[in-house]
Formats: sequence, structure tokens, C-alpha cells
Amino acid sequence: MIDKKDLHYVASLARLKLKEEDEEKVREKFSMVLDYVGMLNELDIEDVEPLINVNGMSNVMREDEIKESMDRETLLANAPEKMYGCIKVSKVIE
Amino acid sequence: MLELHSLTIHEIRDMLRAGQICSKDILDSVYSRIEALDDKIGAYLTLTKEEAYEAAAIIDKKIAEGEKLGDLAGIPMAIKDNISTKGVKTTCASKMLENYVPPFDAHAYEKLKEAGAILIGKTNLDEFAMGSSTENSAFKITRNPWDLERVPGGSSGGSAAAVASDEAYFALGSDTGGSIRQPASLCGVVGFKPTYGAVSRYGLVAFGSSFDQIGPFTKDVEDCAILLNHLYGHDKKDSTSLNVEFGDFTEALNKDIKGMRIGLPEEYFGEGIDPEVKKLVLDGVKVLEGLGAHVEEISLPYSKYALPVYYIAASAEASSNLARYDGVRYGYRAKDYSSLEELYVNSRSEGFGEEVKLRIMLGTYTLSSGYYDAYYNKALKVRRLIKQEFEEAFEKYDVLISPTSPTTAFKIGERTDDQLAMYMSDICTVPINIAGIPAISVPCGLSKGLPVGMQIMSKSLGEASIIKVAHAFEQNTNFTKKKPTL
Repeated sequence: MIDKKDLHYVASLARLKLKEEDEEKVREKFSMVLDYVGMLNELDIEDVEPLINVNGMSNVMREDEIKESMDRETLLANAPEKMYGCIKVSKVIE
Repeated sequence: MLELHSLTIHEIRDMLRAGQICSKDILDSVYSRIEALDDKIGAYLTLTKEEAYEAAAIIDKKIAEGEKLGDLAGIPMAIKDNISTKGVKTTCASKMLENYVPPFDAHAYEKLKEAGAILIGKTNLDEFAMGSSTENSAFKITRNPWDLERVPGGSSGGSAAAVASDEAYFALGSDTGGSIRQPASLCGVVGFKPTYGAVSRYGLVAFGSSFDQIGPFTKDVEDCAILLNHLYGHDKKDSTSLNVEFGDFTEALNKDIKGMRIGLPEEYFGEGIDPEVKKLVLDGVKVLEGLGAHVEEISLPYSKYALPVYYIAASAEASSNLARYDGVRYGYRAKDYSSLEELYVNSRSEGFGEEVKLRIMLGTYTLSSGYYDAYYNKALKVRRLIKQEFEEAFEKYDVLISPTSPTTAFKIGERTDDQLAMYMSDICTVPINIAGIPAISVPCGLSKGLPVGMQIMSKSLGEASIIKVAHAFEQNTNFTKKKPTL
């Protein structure tokens, strides 16, 4: 079972905070899934290449052309807080 | 006479062209059905009645003036609420996107709209398409039209329930590990998961980008073929979109299947599969054998590793894809925070539901330093083995057939506390997404009054073989015609 410290570390990497009352349940579920997917360890796959794209495609490039994009007002319409035509966040520089 | 709402796309399309009905009649039929039933079923999150009637008026005017009509003119459609619809809320059934209104259309939706189809509403799902029962929606549960105490499957449960209850003529869903086929099976409708890259993912809210595909729910196989013709095609805005000629899938309808080679992978009929589900699928296979298909049992030994591969790789992709929800540019922002870091953490912790957070954390873990090789990279290696195994099978067989879901619809609440039991719901569908191949679920009978689905798979871009077999099956049985009593 994943220990509490590791679980907190993973949560912090994912920018998530666990509620204290949920912690045990999450730890249990998390460990159960990890144990289950550990099934892959029984395979000897040292020499197998990882599969990245099922259709064998790699980077798709295009010309860097200047095109019309969405206007500022449309883009800002979903912002939770805005000011002076910008997205507003709390102060990041002391 | 059958009521209008119970008809298929091709049937109402013919009636509209013959002048027997107008576009408004079709909308009336579907909205009155929704009004009568959706309080019970809960398929829809948003209805777009006003816009729909405006669109219908334009089509009726075109008809009156003798203008040329699009192939899907006046056909109402429901769309899963993780597919972007410009100006119409797209919530992913998450508190995170409760008020999000996309400024653009998903490519798939745009193509159907261009053909004349009319959006009637957005359907419920498991939050961010993570789940197999639609119980993970932040807003409401959806009930199975065949038994209101049971789940419709998931994650596209709203779309499946809408079509099954005639609250929609067809619907779009998305399928990352079975999210179209499994609910189609549990609700007794046709559901199709396309070859990876055949339908643009542009505007589909990303979950597991190397698995996700948009596909249709329909009342029969002919409607499915009609929709694939519109949905398939290259799109520059999705760099994984295939640039190939797909052909006309309706040409695969009404074809002789004599001599076609069908493989039955034994791993899909073994442990965990309800005996009655197994029996109905094998009865279905006998029908195909009777039509001249050659059937053989085969083995796909890597299949049992499909779920582990999926839960590692799809969760890893989800953790990366859902990193964008930080409370800054759009989506939910926490009320209380004292720093930017806290704004991220609080917004994400309050905005996401339990299952979504669990998968983000799993994905974060398997991608993290020290675990990447042990989990993520290993999963990608096994992914290759699973894909190769399918490729070898398809050298010998035109299609493979299995159950779509190991059981019929389960009771609401039955699997919510048992993580692995819920994940097992997708045991027959997940391998298909891992290999990137196409598959359909078609109804093949009822077990104790609940629908059972038969899954037909083919090699990449082998859709025509699937349609051929599925249509022949449908024409020689009456299972797609069966409806729940509501």
C-alpha cells in the first residue's frame, strides 16, 4: 500500500489537496489500482519498443503562417476574473 | 402507425424529402418525447430548443423554396457534453467547467451541422468521460431506459439513454476505453468507435489523447454508416488525423457475408463474462454462420494485460491533459486562496470530482521520476504487443466478435465503491482502443429483460467489413427493433 507521505507528494505534484476524511479511501483505491496494474511485471519486455502512435505517425509540421485568430473579447469571455482586458490573478512578485 | 420519434434517420429523412413531414414536426416529436420522459431518465444536461427551432425554420424555408438540402437536413442530434459546441455550455459534467461556453465548434459537430443536422441538447456523462456508469457526473445520474433502477453504462450514458428512449434520433459520444460501445450495449442501441485518427478530435475535451475517438449512437446499422460518411475525414487542426480516402460506408450495407472469416477470441468469452451474455453473443455468431461466414476460435493471450495498460497510459495522459484546469484562464476558480499556488490547488481540489482526482494522481505517479520506466514506459511496450497480436489475427480474419460488456446493466450504486469491479466493465472494449482499431456494438438480444451487445472488430480502417457483418446480422434478426417500455 502506498504510504501517506508518497500520496501527499503525488497530490502536491498534481496540485491537488486531499481532504483528511477522504485520505484513507483514496489511499486504498490508489493502492488497489497500482497493485492491479503491477500485473505487467510478469512480462519479459526488455527488447520491445514502446508504442507512441498507433498509426505510426510522428511529428506533423505545417508552414508558420500568420492567420486571423480569435479576438480578445471572445477569449476572455470564460475568464473567472478580468481587468483592463487581461486575466486577473493574485500578486506573484513580492 | 409508428410514432415519429421512434423512427430512424433514414426513415425520417425519406419522409422529409417526400414532403410528408417538415423539419419542425421532427423537432416537435423529439422535444415532446424529452418533456414526457427526461425527468425520469436524465439523459440531458442542456437543451437548445430555441436555436433548434430557428435552424428548423431555415430548413423548412429551404424546402418551401425548393433549395437543395444537406444529407442530414432537419435531423435532430444530441451531443455528449464533452464535445465543444460554440455558444452552448460544454461542462464535461464537471463543476470545473459548469459555466464554460466554448468559443468554437468541435470538428465532428461542425461537419454534421454542415450536412443540416440540428443540435437539440447536450447529454450527461461521467465527469471528463472517466467512468463506466455515468454515476460520476457532478450534476445528476442518468437511468437506463430498460430499467430505471439500473445505470445506462458510461461514460457516454446520456447519449446512449437518449437514443434508446427515442429522446434523440442519434447522438455523438466519445470512446476512450469503451465509452460508446459499453453504454450502447447496456441500452440496446448501435454504438461505433472509429479507427484512431479517422474522426478529428478537434474540440473534443481531451482525456486520453492517444485513445479518444468521437463516434455515433444510432438506432440501426444503416444510420451508423450514414453518419460515418459525414464524421470521417482529415482535419488539419488534429495532427493525429488520418489523411486517407475512406470511401462510402453505405456501400457496405445489404452485402452477402458468405465466405467472410470470423474469429472468436477465447479470452473474451472466459472468466467474468456472464453465461447468458456469452450465450446470446454465440447465438448471434450462429446467425452469421448460417449466412455463410466461417467461424473459428482463436486466442489473444495478451488481452488480459489490456486493462493494466489502459489504466496506466490513459491516466498518464489525463494527468497531463487536465493540468490545464488551474483556475486561471477559464473554468472554476476557488473563492479562498492567498497565493497563486493556492489558487491552483484549491481550484483543482474543489472543481474536480473524486474519480477524476484519483486518475490524475495515478497518472502523475506513473509519470513521475523513478516510476516512469516501471509503469508508463512498460505500458507503452505492452501496448505494442497487444496491437501486434491484433494485426496478426486480422491477417487471418475479416472480423473478430466478442461480447461488448461482460454483463448487462448493473444497479445504480452497485459498483461505486468497488474500483476494480467498475474498471472490469470495460474489459472487452479497452483492448480495441489500445490497438487503435474500429469496433461496433450491435444489440443481440435480451437477458432477463436487459439488452446485450455484440462487439464486432476489424483491422484499422476495416470499417466496411464491420458494417457489412453488422448489417447482415441486423437484417436477419430483429434485435435493433426492440424498444424499452416507457
